[in-house]
Amino acid sequence: MSKVHVQTTINGEAVEYLCEPQQSFLDVLREDLLKQGTKEGCATGDCGACSVLLDGRLVCACLMLGVEAEGRTLTTIEGIASDDGLHPIQQKFLEHAALQCGICTPGFIVATKALLDKNPNPDETTIRYWLAGNLCRCTGYDKIVRAVQAAAEELAQEA
Amino acid sequence: MAEAVDYKYIGTSPVRPDGVDKVTGRAQFAADQNMPNTLYGKILRSPHAHANIKSVDVSKALAMEGVYAAVSGADFPGGARGKVGGEGGGDIGDVARNIMARDKALYHGHAVAAVAATSLTIADAALAMIDVEYETLAPVLDVVAAMAADSPLLDATNFTKNLPETPDKPSNIASVTVLTRGNVDEGFEQADVTVEGEYHIPMAHQGYIEPHACTATVNEEGKATVWCSTQGHFEFRSMTSKILDWKVGDLKFIPAEIGGGFGGKTTVYLEPVAVLLSKLAGRPVKMMMSREEVFRATGPTSGSVCRVKVGAKKDGTITAAKAWLAYEAGAFAGAPIGPGAMAIFAPYVLENFHVEAHDVLVNKPKVAAYRAPGAPQSMHAMEIALDDIAREIGMDPLDLRLKNAASEGTRAPYGPKFPAIGFKECLEAAKAHPNYTAPVPEGAGRGVAAGFWFNIGMQSSAEVRINEDGTVIIMEGNPDIGGSRASMCLMAAETLGVDYERVKAYIGDTESTGFCNVTGGSRTTFATGMAVVQACEDIIAQCKARAAATWGVDEDQVEWEDGQAIPAPGVNADVTPMSLADVMASAHKTGGPLLGRASLNASGAGASFSVNFVDLMVDKETGKVDVLAFTAIQDAGTAIHPAYVEGQMQGGAAQGLGWALNEEYIYDADGVMENAGFLDYRVPVASDLPMIDCQIIEVPNPRHPYGVRGVGETPIVAPLAAAANAVRAATGVRINDLPLSPPNILAAIDSD
Amino acid sequence: MARIVFHDQLLPATNGEREIEVTVENYRDLLVVLEARWPGIGERLAKSAVAIDGQIYQDAFLEPIAANSEVFFMSRIEGG
Repeated sequence: MSKVHVQTTINGEAVEYLCEPQQSFLDVLREDLLKQGTKEGCATGDCGACSVLLDGRLVCACLMLGVEAEGRTLTTIEGIASDDGLHPIQQKFLEHAALQCGICTPGFIVATKALLDKNPNPDETTIRYWLAGNLCRCTGYDKIVRAVQAAAEELAQEA
Repeated sequence: MAEAVDYKYIGTSPVRPDGVDKVTGRAQFAADQNMPNTLYGKILRSPHAHANIKSVDVSKALAMEGVYAAVSGADFPGGARGKVGGEGGGDIGDVARNIMARDKALYHGHAVAAVAATSLTIADAALAMIDVEYETLAPVLDVVAAMAADSPLLDATNFTKNLPETPDKPSNIASVTVLTRGNVDEGFEQADVTVEGEYHIPMAHQGYIEPHACTATVNEEGKATVWCSTQGHFEFRSMTSKILDWKVGDLKFIPAEIGGGFGGKTTVYLEPVAVLLSKLAGRPVKMMMSREEVFRATGPTSGSVCRVKVGAKKDGTITAAKAWLAYEAGAFAGAPIGPGAMAIFAPYVLENFHVEAHDVLVNKPKVAAYRAPGAPQSMHAMEIALDDIAREIGMDPLDLRLKNAASEGTRAPYGPKFPAIGFKECLEAAKAHPNYTAPVPEGAGRGVAAGFWFNIGMQSSAEVRINEDGTVIIMEGNPDIGGSRASMCLMAAETLGVDYERVKAYIGDTESTGFCNVTGGSRTTFATGMAVVQACEDIIAQCKARAAATWGVDEDQVEWEDGQAIPAPGVNADVTPMSLADVMASAHKTGGPLLGRASLNASGAGASFSVNFVDLMVDKETGKVDVLAFTAIQDAGTAIHPAYVEGQMQGGAAQGLGWALNEEYIYDADGVMENAGFLDYRVPVASDLPMIDCQIIEVPNPRHPYGVRGVGETPIVAPLAAAANAVRAATGVRINDLPLSPPNILAAIDSD
Repeated sequence: MARIVFHDQLLPATNGEREIEVTVENYRDLLVVLEARWPGIGERLAKSAVAIDGQIYQDAFLEPIAANSEVFFMSRIEGG
């Protein structure tokens, strides 16, 4: 089976790769491009560990084909922090002990980024429903929700 | 004894040392390991729940282009039966047969062969070319039916252990545990009220978000290096050595960051297979389970049937209790019946009780440890019985528990008397808690339950090194599954008297640090923490000796205070205090670099008790349960890092609620799990839960230098019965079985 | 003398005796005494945990056993 040539943009950088037509974008990211901050928890779109932003929209990289990245703009967890340091969402996850094992954390941070880009002042219910596509088995979500609230406040002050 | 004292670092919640790497995607988990020239390994799994394997032929797969190795059960030389494999693993012969079937497939998804190929696509294609000839057998799926004399047998050589006389016929009952005291018949005669019931809990999975993964590489010398997701790399090395019949010294295990375990990563699945494939292929082999494989073929916890009868006087005094427990072992012996039997009545003063517990083979995956293994199942039954007694005698459920609560000096059901414990303190805190004194929301129900876990100690090693700038490096061997590096750094900072920011903790591989038992049993902060504290004390002793030599005074004339060696009061030495950096600056003159170490087999882990209460709203038309409020109160001994103690309590509460409300292994008649994915095996999501309020009780454990008990496991125990009791309160209907899922609740309401 | 109590699973090995009293210095000596009394029991005891005066040991060895000590053999505890 011949591979497909793809040109795309990941975290602001032009990237090209060859992938199998049936290969998921998650598989391309992790096994070929070695951008492994994006995690696989299920590969069926149920856990959100592979959350990435596709043209600013939150998607599961496991539900997207590698070929579908052609011409698009993607953001992964590696693209959240800036030259100035951690993004406030990352900083608040740390300060609020919102991670235990840390495997779901990149997905949560990307999903939170998508939420706060869209709705800078979400209430608790909105946060909980927005993040309902991201599974965490360690924290019971309490500290994650508080971290998101704190990040929203921080970003509002910065704005 | 460790008194409640003011600490400088302990009891604070700083950012964890490994945090930045985990919020930026830098942290390397097992599936993130990459080596040039790596092959992908995949496993062929049995499509039958119970079958004889007549033959396995991998030759066609091996002949395919891009396939470099293929193995089946016959290729695994080790795994003699009857030897203990390590914490959590059970009999090593069983572990060996669990990771690769020999003559029998014992559950749907049981590994029967494996391949290594240049791509995942080719590996999948190769699995399809392996010929396996099965002779299917009737699956044994129901734990009670499995115990019947006429049940089909999983293992014709299994004769029930621990019976007074060795049975003359094999059965599916692997072993029986009995625990008894006093005279239950007389006890029940003294009772004014007696309640009894039979309670069913389904098999449930730990549900860690990271699937099992590993990479193994075997070089031309026959030396293997393995990166893996493990709760205990030393024990993984030991098991792999026994299963492959390799020397321990030829195996190096490097623990990656671990994406959750909860007990499920205390035993091997992939590692021996990857080592063997790499040896045969001469290239590195990477193996990653799919989520479906995790559900079907790794160790969940036992489904169970518990029958409990409890008698009490009108004043609430429990006079007798009796329990009959049957736990699913899955395909091989090893259900946690010992802890289940010892835990069920542990929170209470009881003169008359009898527990009989059964470890039962069924055609389901071999169970593994899951957070307080065995306790949630049995204590669910007891805590429901107490709720029913409280209702019958018109007593507050917390008062009923207080009336019978164990305290220091109470003889535990398993024999010894409790040292200082904090159960009564938890109950009193619950009674006074604003969430408990607040009225129950209109239409909702409030449920109360208690939880308990023993906690364990076991073996740990730690080294502490001092850099020339006085910064501190801790090296220990327990994978950090929930922030334990932060706890180690806090205890070291406190002991040495240096800033938390100046301490770093590392998890060494099997060749860079001393042996540590698994991260499990809530032992890491307790036992490995104790080793870290002792290694720091070793450093302090060395610094005092170096300072004494520098100053020309006796060692007993030097004290350690606030991170410095100082002359003892009354010693008239005109000297400058020496910090760690000062000692290191002159270390070349006083004996070389500072290296502290400690190794121990810790005893004295303190039991941790909890009280939970939950407000639930039940939609009587749909059967859906909404969690309105949850309060967790637990004795942590001393909370080293309170935010991560709360994290354990909140995470355990969520897992317990998930098990109570939705999670279950659903099997069809052929023994095929029908919901092997996160869409249908529904763990709680953020919108299912409220904030989880925590109150940490601190009754210090006298056997730990800072009073640590261990907190990780107790939190999962109480939510099961608390939820069941809340549903009873909300609906007036007692539902004995879990999960309290919409169809089950509707069926119970309709039949009432 | 120290009080030594066996759990039910050990009764087949002790001819049904649940409790005995012995005078020993430590756990190692206790094992020697028990093995002499019931040959083969040591292998089973090695798979048990033991509580000496309320402290649970997964592996005891040199722990002292006093004249008034209570020693309970119990199932080993694993954990998640």
